[in-house]
Amino acid sequence: MIDLIGLAIAIPLVAAGVNMLVGARLGRYAGWLATGAMAASFAIALGALLDLLSLPAGDRTQVVTVAEWIRAGAATVTLDLRVDPLSITMAMVVTGVGSLIHLYAIGYMEHDPRPGRFFGYMNLFCAFMLALVLANDFVLLYLGWEGVGLCSYLLIGFWSDRPEAASAAKKAFITTRVGDVMLLLGLFAIWIHFGSFDFDTVLGAEGSLPEIATGTATAISLLMLGGAVGKSAQLPLHVWLPDAMAGPTPVSALIHAATMVTAGVYLVVRTHVLFEISEIALTVVAVIGLAGALYAGFASLGQYDMKRALAYSTMSQLGFMFLAAGLGFSAVAISLLVAHAFYKALLFLTSGNVMHGLHDEIDVRRLGGLVRDMPWTAALFAVGALALSGLPPFSGYFTKDAILELASHDGEVWAYVLGSLGALVSAWYIARLFFTAFIGDRRYEGRAHEASTLMRAPLVVLAIGALFAGMWLALTPDGRLATFLEPVVGTVAEGHAGPSAQVLVAISVVLTLLGIAIAWRLYRPAAAERWISFPEREPGLAGALGHAFYIDDLYAWIVGTVGLRGAAALEGFDRIVVDGAVNGVGRLAVRLSGLAPIWQSGKVRRYALSFLAGGVALLVFAVVRV
Amino acid sequence: MRTPIAYFLLLSAILFALGSASVLLRRNALRIFMGVELQLNAVNLTLVAFSRMHLELDGQILAFFSMVVAAAEVVVGLAIIVAVFRRTGTADVDRADVLRG
Repeated sequence: MIDLIGLAIAIPLVAAGVNMLVGARLGRYAGWLATGAMAASFAIALGALLDLLSLPAGDRTQVVTVAEWIRAGAATVTLDLRVDPLSITMAMVVTGVGSLIHLYAIGYMEHDPRPGRFFGYMNLFCAFMLALVLANDFVLLYLGWEGVGLCSYLLIGFWSDRPEAASAAKKAFITTRVGDVMLLLGLFAIWIHFGSFDFDTVLGAEGSLPEIATGTATAISLLMLGGAVGKSAQLPLHVWLPDAMAGPTPVSALIHAATMVTAGVYLVVRTHVLFEISEIALTVVAVIGLAGALYAGFASLGQYDMKRALAYSTMSQLGFMFLAAGLGFSAVAISLLVAHAFYKALLFLTSGNVMHGLHDEIDVRRLGGLVRDMPWTAALFAVGALALSGLPPFSGYFTKDAILELASHDGEVWAYVLGSLGALVSAWYIARLFFTAFIGDRRYEGRAHEASTLMRAPLVVLAIGALFAGMWLALTPDGRLATFLEPVVGTVAEGHAGPSAQVLVAISVVLTLLGIAIAWRLYRPAAAERWISFPEREPGLAGALGHAFYIDDLYAWIVGTVGLRGAAALEGFDRIVVDGAVNGVGRLAVRLSGLAPIWQSGKVRRYALSFLAGGVALLVFAVVRV
Repeated sequence: MRTPIAYFLLLSAILFALGSASVLLRRNALRIFMGVELQLNAVNLTLVAFSRMHLELDGQILAFFSMVVAAAEVVVGLAIIVAVFRRTGTADVDRADVLRG
């Protein structure tokens, strides 16, 4: 099956083409076609995974050449796909969670008039994402990278008749573009230094390190980190993610929870060798991740829009992944990525159920008590919330808390303390969403209708993954996934500093329970009036949290006010100085040419006189000369 | 006894001067045209006179050519004048100055 891995990309691509061309005629079958394509892609990835597992650990990097792609001078780029433990893990997440989300979307989008276009974009997105993770060189990776950016634009702005969706799509595209440019510069630097885009050359074939000076490695790593920060919505390029919730909910689940935002983490993990050569870049990754985890955790507490709160939660979790990658625990970062894909997709899709059942109502102030109308949805959300909060034995515990435990054992006290605070906040914000939306009194009119079976079935599968994936991935002493990933990302060197593992587990559980307890104290049904009126009582704090510490507003001020004024000044310079010079030359020419027509009066007799004068002059000349 | 060449040339010069004056001073296109004809014929007279003086036929032949060309030119010229007159309602050349720069 490894040789057929190209089909995993080709099938969704073809399905996307079919759906985009004739999707309007397929009607509701468009969704089934797209889901079938994803399922086929999943089957191929699964087959490749099983094939890979049957090989000895040392041989698990297979390169499949599909075709020669670009030949330009010295640069030959073959269309190679790389099947190794890391890429196949990512491919499994993309196709597995992706197919479940596609299946859910059939139900969610059943009333939409344009299913063909929607599912076409979804398939196209998955194809690009697979190209990104399966690439064997930076060119194909970059193609996938830009492709998912394009598809996220198309999908966020899918309801293009809504102004907020259209502007959110533009915001996402432009913000990530800032990062993309940095990634592109990083690729240029790679080409200059290595003369190749091939992973084996740039990152060193198995066991060997690439030949590169520390400074160069730092430059390349930081540029690539810039790209990763944009795509993964980390500080300071995170502003697009909360707004991106204007897209349909399956899009939020697919792009902004399970797959696209993980591309940045994947990039950092894939190129971790360069980051490790440059110690500085590695520290920067950890600091950005930790800052993002805390920042987004607190920002999530201030959101009343459930999906926005979940978006900040995604950013916070991605921060933990960056923290893990930055501390050198790449395998754990990927474990968290896998577990997070399950529970965050689950959380987003359950909030989609709420929207579907309540005519797009998503503000927790007007929800409450949903557990009575939507017992399935409430239970599934609770599962996702438990997995995210990090209580053992759910997924979050084995992945997120593993990061903190390793940090402590490594003697990184700052990372441990602040990370634990982030974990506490995680439990707090997710419990807050559950308490405010699902229990207590109904604050909405009418009755919410429970989601259809078609929309519940994929959620049950996701819930099982959310509950047990983390445990299963970490089952063996060294961690099953970590062992599998070892040939690519290296071993996770465990230190022995700090308190013992048992103490850390106890602290972690206590902190998580504390977070839930705080949430209960603040958001229990009896306190509903208090938290709903919180912005009136504490406008400063509520404003800071609700606006995510005004970073978005700061950017709006920089771009909208400072930027526009600067642009106006430059425009004035352009108009007066540059245009003045150019137009001045033109005007001078016009003035000079104004002198010429004196000779061209159009008066025939004047011409005749000049003929005569010329004739006489010639005659005089002839006579005088003789 | 032949008439001296000078008389011919003098007559030719007078005719040419009259023609030139007509071309330069008149504003009516038809009168200018007549002036041009006068200039042409003055030149023809010179050609014929010199031809006679040298007892050769070249000049006279050239005069014939000149007449034929002048006849053709009259056709074209008159047509233009008529066209201009129809278009502008006047034959005043000073008012036909649309080609001024």
